[in-house]
Amino acid sequence: MKKKISNLLGREFRFLARPLNFWSRLLLLLAAVTIFVSLFFPLWRMHLVAPQYSDGLDLFIYCYKILGGGLNGQHLVEINNLNHYIGMAPIVQADFLEMRWMPFVFGLIILMILRSVVFGQMGNVVDLFAVYCYFGIFSIGSFWYRLYQYGHNLDLHAPMTIKPFTPLLLGTKQIANFRESSYPELGAILLCASVLMILLAGWFSRKETVE
Amino acid sequence: MKNNASASYLVTVAVIVGAFGLTSCGKSTTAKNERSANAQATYVAPGEQDEYYLFYSGGHSGQVFVAGIPSMRHITTIPVYAPYPATGYGFDEESKKMLGDYTWGDVHHPALSQTASKYDGRWLFVNDNANNRVARIDLRDFKTHQILGPIPNSSGNHGSSFVTENTEYLMVATRFSVPLPKGRVADPNDYAKEFNGMVSALKVDPQTGEMSVAWQILTPPFDWDLASTGKGPSSGWAFWTSYNSEMAHDVLEANASQKDRDLTAIVNWKAAAQAVADGKAQDMGGVPVLDPARVPGILYFLPIGKSPHGVDVDPSGKWIAYGGKLQPSVTVVNFEKLQAAINNKTFDGDFRGTPIVKYESVVEGEVPVGLGPLHTQYDGAGNAYTAMFIDSNITKWKLPPWSDDERKDMNKTVLDKVSTHFSTGHLVVAGSDTAHPYGKWLVAMNKLSAGRHINVGPAQPESSQLMDISGAKMKMVAEAYTEPEPHFAQILKVSEIQPIEAYPKAENKDPNAVWDKEHTGVTRNGTSVEAKVTAVRSRFVPDRIDAQVGDDLTIHVTNVEQTRDMIHGFGLVENNINLVMDPGETKTLHIKLTKPGVFPYYCTNFCSALHQEMQGYLVVSNAGQPVPGAVYTNGAAPAPVPDAGASVPATANPVAATPASTP
Repeated sequence: MKKKISNLLGREFRFLARPLNFWSRLLLLLAAVTIFVSLFFPLWRMHLVAPQYSDGLDLFIYCYKILGGGLNGQHLVEINNLNHYIGMAPIVQADFLEMRWMPFVFGLIILMILRSVVFGQMGNVVDLFAVYCYFGIFSIGSFWYRLYQYGHNLDLHAPMTIKPFTPLLLGTKQIANFRESSYPELGAILLCASVLMILLAGWFSRKETVE
Repeated sequence: MKNNASASYLVTVAVIVGAFGLTSCGKSTTAKNERSANAQATYVAPGEQDEYYLFYSGGHSGQVFVAGIPSMRHITTIPVYAPYPATGYGFDEESKKMLGDYTWGDVHHPALSQTASKYDGRWLFVNDNANNRVARIDLRDFKTHQILGPIPNSSGNHGSSFVTENTEYLMVATRFSVPLPKGRVADPNDYAKEFNGMVSALKVDPQTGEMSVAWQILTPPFDWDLASTGKGPSSGWAFWTSYNSEMAHDVLEANASQKDRDLTAIVNWKAAAQAVADGKAQDMGGVPVLDPARVPGILYFLPIGKSPHGVDVDPSGKWIAYGGKLQPSVTVVNFEKLQAAINNKTFDGDFRGTPIVKYESVVEGEVPVGLGPLHTQYDGAGNAYTAMFIDSNITKWKLPPWSDDERKDMNKTVLDKVSTHFSTGHLVVAGSDTAHPYGKWLVAMNKLSAGRHINVGPAQPESSQLMDISGAKMKMVAEAYTEPEPHFAQILKVSEIQPIEAYPKAENKDPNAVWDKEHTGVTRNGTSVEAKVTAVRSRFVPDRIDAQVGDDLTIHVTNVEQTRDMIHGFGLVENNINLVMDPGETKTLHIKLTKPGVFPYYCTNFCSALHQEMQGYLVVSNAGQPVPGAVYTNGAAPAPVPDAGASVPATANPVAATPASTP
């Protein structure tokens, strides 16, 4: 039994110590570039269509900012203006604390990737994957929590009273006269791609050994 | 001339026959299959848009009407010379200042700005025949931005406003001569000696469009009627018709119709501008005025029959068509011949020192279009269209060059006629006054609708008729009605302009604009009270303004919205105030408070589901008797409180004091 465990640990140790081949390192580098590029694109888009807004109102969520659609981000002003009728607090960037530290974390992850490229060990990839996944799941969770808060802390003195709700994170649904669609945008797709690249980097070097 | 005598006789007969005709006909005889084809040609389905803007002059309504082609639907009204509560025009301080002491104007001839003889989509200029003004509408926001005038030394601003090929100038001339400078009094019996006309050039700033009076040319007291500016070979020239070279001052309908040909004006505006630059002008009322007797080469006269009304230069700039009005033909002048005649001094003497160009040396031909030809337009494909007032039709004819056969029998140059209903004044072909007309559509603006519409009583609307001129034969396809009274119009392709739909916040330079609650408020300094108010769906901040009788109250309202069509009004009950603010716009009102009371103010332009709730109160207490709740943002004391019992407290409520009575 003890031997079995130490065997397993030995295999694990050898696995984690496997060197990363050229293709894996290239993939990792590509993942770092992809993450960097994703910063310039929105992660999420919320699209609201009503009879009076047939072209729709847009909210674009970046990791570091919220941008309304239309000229000069006018759609955000418009959405806040409409939300005040149901007593929803105005959506302001300052309230999204995570937007201050998210770019920093992405920088950190890019640094970790570059470190893996240089150190070139399977253990680095495992670290990277774990931290990245944790960060991703935490971010989505925190985004959902923001939505929950906006939809549940409604001013009771508002002109219109509606049942508290959580704006949709993913999918399409009807809220009063608005049809809301919420979907990932190019930024999120690039991030998913970078996760895949990290996984593949590990996969391609799973059988590598030190010569 | 025997010919003309018979023409006059014909005119009389036609008027009488026409008058009988009006009572009997007027019912549509359009065949069923033709109806559906016409309907399809003009149908703009819900949600779809017209292809062209039609800018009508609004005549003595003082406004400009905007319709769409081909639907002919009225889309909006642009107020220019008269207050218009629908858009709050004439109620805020800025537009009140532009209107001055006048509450009406008489818009006749809209002119789109041009660059290289093509519409550049920047401005629309319109004249005021009554008060001698010209206004500029910016096509970025479809609003009036400047009213220039009354123009000095100029009276009866009818031959106006015609843009030169690069909008260097607006050319303007007097219809009603008066003793000059204005304000001088003379006996109308001394009309020929004491009265004068004037041709004016208004300079247009190429960047801002700001108009200013540049210079003028003194003329005899003929009644200058309409004008057209040159292009291509006739670049730098402008042409006016006149109807009173008899210089009559009374019973003009007869006394100004005596001559077979009236002297029309041919102005070399480039030479005139140069003469002014050379210091050849004399000051009159602050304007450099050129006397053509002393400055040769700027003005020529050309006799044209008879009491000619419209003059229109064709897209090539070579042909000039004069509408005969009292003779049954259009006179076509060849500009190249005109230029040669001027260079070779082929003159028939002069009038008061101005050379008279020899008629025969410049006229290409007289096209026998029919009775009462007024205005001519062009499609850019060699065809001309003339509006016939007396015959009540549009006549299509062929521009020169004409074959020998056609010259022998000028009737052969007449291609087509379509009846109009009734008595067409102006007509417009899309882009006719540019070097490259759009063609395709023609709108006839008729002076009489004479019961074709549903009966709305004795005040009858004006009719407009849309014709498809893309084929060999003209085809009338639609009819529309407007309020009085379109004279001329301009047609602009919708795709050529991109008007804004909200005023960008960054562009609002009004020092009294406020954008958030924190900066709103009411301040008092002595007896002047100033309120800065925001308007947003669905509230005013503040929704209470306190003042007292005797105060000068100024209210600045900013519509802080940036969303299209989110327009807010500010109607102040029983104070004759209605501001209307477009998104991003700030407007200011000023009133001297004379009566106490609590005056509600409310949003007049329906904005949202809670529009009804968008209201507030102006509390005007008696002087020295502020209500306890009065608050001023700058901490000013509401006002000294008088001795208790000196007068009725502001809060006394006679209704509450009276016990409720039950029957």
